[in-house]
Amino acid sequence: MSSYLRIRDLSKKFGEFTALRDISLDVEDGEFVCFLGPSGCGKTTLLRAVAGLDLQTRGTIEQAGRDISALPIAERDFGIVFQSYALFPNLTIERNVAFGLENSGRSKAEIAARVSELLDLVGLADQRRKYPAQLSGGQQQRIALARAIATAPGLLLLDEPLSALDAKVRVHLRHQIKELQRKLGVTTVMVTHDQEEALSMADRIVVMNHGVIEQIGTPTEIYRQPKSLFVADFIGETNQLHATLAASGRFTLGNASLAGTTDGLAPGQPIVVTIRPEDIIPHAPGTAAAVSGGSLVEVIIGEMEFLGSFWRSRLSGTALGDEQLVADFSINAVRRLSLDEGAPLTIELPASRLIAFPAQNAPGDGARAG
Amino acid sequence: MPAEVLAAPEADLAKGRPVKARLGRDDLVMRGFMVVIALYLVIALALPLYVMLSKSFSTFRFDLTAYEFQVSDAEGSFAARPITAAELNERLRAVPPEDLATSGDGRLPATAFFPDFSFRSPVHYRIRGISEDAAFLIGSELFTGTAWQEVDSNTFRRVMLRPSRDIGFANYATYFSTPSLFQSIQNSLIIAAISTVITVALAFGFAYALTRSCMPLKGLFRLVALAPILVPSLLPGIALVYLFGNQGLLKALLFGETIYGPIGIVIGSVFFTFPHAMIIITTALAISDARLYEAAECLKASRWKIFWTVTVPGARYGLISAAFVVFNLVITDFGLPKVIGGQFNMLAVDIYKQVIGQQNFEMGAVVSVVLLIPAIFAFTVDRFVQKRQVASLSARSVPYQPKPSRRFDVLALGYCVLVAIFILGLLGICQFAALVKFWPYDLSLSLTNYAFDLMDGGGWDSYYNSIQMALLTAVAGTIVVFVGAYMVEKTKGFETGRSLFQLLAMLPMAVPGMVLGLAYIFFFNDPRNPLHFLYGTMAILVVCTVTHFYTVSHLTAMTALKQMDREFESVAASLKQPFHRLFRVVTVPVCLPTILDISIYLFVNAMTTVSAVVFLYAPTTTLASVAVLNMDDAGDIAPAAAMGMMILYTNAGARIVHLILSKGVLRRTQAWRFR
Repeated sequence: MSSYLRIRDLSKKFGEFTALRDISLDVEDGEFVCFLGPSGCGKTTLLRAVAGLDLQTRGTIEQAGRDISALPIAERDFGIVFQSYALFPNLTIERNVAFGLENSGRSKAEIAARVSELLDLVGLADQRRKYPAQLSGGQQQRIALARAIATAPGLLLLDEPLSALDAKVRVHLRHQIKELQRKLGVTTVMVTHDQEEALSMADRIVVMNHGVIEQIGTPTEIYRQPKSLFVADFIGETNQLHATLAASGRFTLGNASLAGTTDGLAPGQPIVVTIRPEDIIPHAPGTAAAVSGGSLVEVIIGEMEFLGSFWRSRLSGTALGDEQLVADFSINAVRRLSLDEGAPLTIELPASRLIAFPAQNAPGDGARAG
Repeated sequence: MPAEVLAAPEADLAKGRPVKARLGRDDLVMRGFMVVIALYLVIALALPLYVMLSKSFSTFRFDLTAYEFQVSDAEGSFAARPITAAELNERLRAVPPEDLATSGDGRLPATAFFPDFSFRSPVHYRIRGISEDAAFLIGSELFTGTAWQEVDSNTFRRVMLRPSRDIGFANYATYFSTPSLFQSIQNSLIIAAISTVITVALAFGFAYALTRSCMPLKGLFRLVALAPILVPSLLPGIALVYLFGNQGLLKALLFGETIYGPIGIVIGSVFFTFPHAMIIITTALAISDARLYEAAECLKASRWKIFWTVTVPGARYGLISAAFVVFNLVITDFGLPKVIGGQFNMLAVDIYKQVIGQQNFEMGAVVSVVLLIPAIFAFTVDRFVQKRQVASLSARSVPYQPKPSRRFDVLALGYCVLVAIFILGLLGICQFAALVKFWPYDLSLSLTNYAFDLMDGGGWDSYYNSIQMALLTAVAGTIVVFVGAYMVEKTKGFETGRSLFQLLAMLPMAVPGMVLGLAYIFFFNDPRNPLHFLYGTMAILVVCTVTHFYTVSHLTAMTALKQMDREFESVAASLKQPFHRLFRVVTVPVCLPTILDISIYLFVNAMTTVSAVVFLYAPTTTLASVAVLNMDDAGDIAPAAAMGMMILYTNAGARIVHLILSKGVLRRTQAWRFR
């Protein structure tokens, strides 16, 4: 069986500007997929093409085996939630939710029952007679969600639904939406520029940049195995070190020779090696045995910054040459190893966490969706 | 080969197949509506203007060489040789050459070339054209071509030659070589400029007092300042006649100058344009940012310096905009100079004189085109400036709150009282004159001046016609304008069509009423026009008025629609709801206050407009505003004033109804606005 949403070779041009270039993507039935990328990367354009709001220039979109590439909005099967909520201001909450149910052959009783069910689902049954302006932003967005799923569409599209909300409300609603989606099993595509949101909600993330897909994968794949420097840099925080590839799996950095992941790179090539701050393991100075078969490097702790649940430290050392490393150490480790500014330290860089990319890796030239 | 060349730039995108949108039913219906309303604007505006323009380039002349006559003997046999009209004229000098130039409606009786013609004579006449396009009438039947037409003497007196048409600048040449005509350009420009300077200065002072002082009764003064909008522009003219005319109360104040002329026009223009300038400048002053004043005060700037470095620059777009709006209103106004202009010619009155007085439609068209130029110029500048004004508005601005200052507040109050006396005084004198028996000899009160049925101008029927026309205009106009604005704002794609529509919708503001009215005569009074049946009906008055006031209504509707979330339509479509349901259930209720504003605007203007409809009314569709003009023209000045005041009271009543309705509607359908 083929996937629920099938996008093939989709391109979109606005005049001379290419917003999307040869996008191909499959979304499985019941899956929650996030389009993630910096502003202007084309993620919203892609969503709007799927919805039929802004037609693509080229390429096909199939939904449940039906070619919807050129269909008008009304002939497609989706519910949509916008950042602005787009609730009808002059209709009560109840009537907003009922809007898509009315005028569709359902009886009054049927509609009332469905509206109650939906309002229960989003936990706002007691607000039904109020107007949108009388609700908070988070509540309004939940109503918009209820309205979007009222007609039980096959596809739910969320266009930055949480961006207009306060940080606290955002986190809360994140869980609610995810839970709701799991309960209903509706295939969902969400656009966001907030990586935390994508990582916590999505089954799979589509990372986009400059109109192309950089990588598609589960949140852990995207985070642990970035396919391009752009993805490594955009998702989470990462150290970037300039190095030279010595042989497959080994490279030189400053005067250190380190083991790392160097798939598909030719020896002698200048590379950029990445490692996340939390992947750097601290050991007592002079430790000689690595825990995970990684390389050990002697460093001096520079500045330390207390960030609540961990310490962020800047590390430098002769082995690193001119480069500096940012490492996050748990409060526990800091206490155990008595880490302090100016103190020497041995760090372990696990080979599986040191990932190399070609140095002249300009954004957009990264590995294609795989 | 060419195909490959074309394909090359697309090569980088060649993978997917190109997609062409399939339009849904809603898209088609919306485009359909838009096209229909655009078509309305084309028919009600673009085509008439085009016809008028082409008229202004048309000259008409009897071409005598194009006709040939033959006269029979008493027995009816044609033995004599045919002879051209030109030959006959050369021999007889029957028609002097300057009389051969005529208008599009010109007719020259064929009998002019036969001095011994008698309709009882037994001789028969033959006439034919020498060229195919020579045209003549026998009775009401039109003949062209070279076939001989034979008629008896009795019929021959009903043979009329028709002029031939030439395209060129001859009319313009005539216009600019006739000093009495082109003098009006200078007159109009000077009067408009003087009125603009005075009005803007007065209105600025008034607006400044309203926004920057803590004087009492601001609402009342605002209301008084708006009153002139409710009356036809010629009413202040009538008031000035009573005050400063030949039998005026205050004639001595003019020191021998006459009110009939520039002085009267300027004073009247200040009166009727004052509210327009006041609204614009008040808005401009009201949006100024209090933080700038605080900053200036912290820098120890003097009041005078703050005024010139903060207040005036902040309101500069408002001032410029007000100036051009006033200029445009004055230069295109017809009613006021008609009533009080005396021998002082203005462009708009020239159109009327050429058309109604001399039946010279082509020259009327030429004057119209001349008048269009400053009007379009003023309109363009105003549009440009208004855009800048909007751009300078920031959501973060803190509105300025005036602080009480006894001396300044008293000064402001005194100034506003003076302006209010000016406005209420002119209106009051009209009402007083309307109620007295015989000005200025018998000042006892009576209602004889309200017996409109005894005067020229259509009587009370005009008043009822006006109300009917204003109601129809308000209802039909609001629907057309709002639906049009909705379609052009919400239709997806179709960029060319939409920008074309916007252009059409902006055009009416640049077209003076007189020009529009004249264009309507040319367009709708042409028997070949399938819409000819509209001519002389109430419908054409409504169409003309809706079109005349289209732009402001359209812009108001657009502003309201732009404030609606852009995604409403997308949401409705995704919920499989047709756009018209969204329109009915959401758009119209949310925009209802704006819709009511548009309808009251159209109503009030339909009640007061004179310029466009003065060419278009028929005996059964006389209007109150035109009746004021005609009664004044006929010397029934007191009844004219009485009718003018009837218009004021009607409009004031309509405003009150509008206010109550708005409040009620707001309470019922806008509950969501209040938390």
